[in-house]
Amino acid sequence: MHEAPLKPPSNPPTPGLQGFVEDWSSDQRAFKKVSWGKAMMWIFLLSDTFVFGCFLVAYMIARNSTVTEWPNASEVFALHIGGVELPLILIAIMTFVLITSSGTMAMAVNCAYRRARKPTALLMVFTAALGAMFVGMQVFEWSKLIHEGVRPWGNPFGAEQFGASFFMITGFHGTHVSIGVIFLLIVARKVWKGEFDQDKRTWMCSGKGDYEAVEIMGLYWHFVDLVWVFIFAFFYLW
Amino acid sequence: MSQPEIHDEHQEHPLKIYFVCWVLLFVLSACSYFVDYAQLQGVLRWGLILIFMVLKAGLIVAVFMHMAWERLALSYAILLPPVFILAFMAIMMFESDYTAVTRTQEFSSQAN
Repeated sequence: MHEAPLKPPSNPPTPGLQGFVEDWSSDQRAFKKVSWGKAMMWIFLLSDTFVFGCFLVAYMIARNSTVTEWPNASEVFALHIGGVELPLILIAIMTFVLITSSGTMAMAVNCAYRRARKPTALLMVFTAALGAMFVGMQVFEWSKLIHEGVRPWGNPFGAEQFGASFFMITGFHGTHVSIGVIFLLIVARKVWKGEFDQDKRTWMCSGKGDYEAVEIMGLYWHFVDLVWVFIFAFFYLW
Repeated sequence: MSQPEIHDEHQEHPLKIYFVCWVLLFVLSACSYFVDYAQLQGVLRWGLILIFMVLKAGLIVAVFMHMAWERLALSYAILLPPVFILAFMAIMMFESDYTAVTRTQEFSSQAN
């Protein structure tokens, strides 16, 4: 009887569907070429997807089952600028700010691959500044709506559930952005101080030139932008 | 100290792809804002909103989050489970329609 020779571990992993089956069926690491830090960030983001998914489904139920008219977001979020009524203008600006910050974050990750210390740190600080700007505009939006009498239990524009959905969804997203800004600054400071270029292990860095923390941070930041895409479509535009 | 484990072929892509993605995201956002600005209504409005939303989400996940270059084991583990949310959404759509119908009936009988 021939014994099947054990595959040496140096075999390159098979690509495509066959590779998918082999990766999952083998008694070994499933996510090849991905560090655990990155895999765990992805899995955290997946769980966060479910959180936001549940919020959006709850909002859909509220909006679909109410017998009163749902407030027209286009008018509620309009601003008077120079005597002209511009629908949703603040939300549009917020969207562009967040997309821009995603772009600068992608640049930061790209610089991190090249281990360019200063550009990486500066781009991350710039990303954090744009994120803070986004949160600032959200604060403005919240104060304006609260001033106009929007509350979680009622509002002057229509269906009562509008306030609860709005504060819950945008509040949770804004919290994510705020936490992202804090973490961006923490990682940017570490990059700037050259902590990722030292020949020692820390909890964020496995050795000299390991800039992966920047990439993992980037995943989180892009996710925040991704959630906003759905909020923008379902809450503001629908 | 031994060389730490080298975890990933560093995914260095030309900057151009990020800029293209960035510009596309701007254009798509402008398009979805235009849907509201032009006051489009009904199926056209919802269809366009969904199309622009899916394209934007796809670009962010594929390019900015590098999912396009990950192995299938990771992509499927992350991208397939959210399908359950769609199923949940569909079930809740029926449920909320039913709630709306019963509310309408109940409130109109109270008025009489």
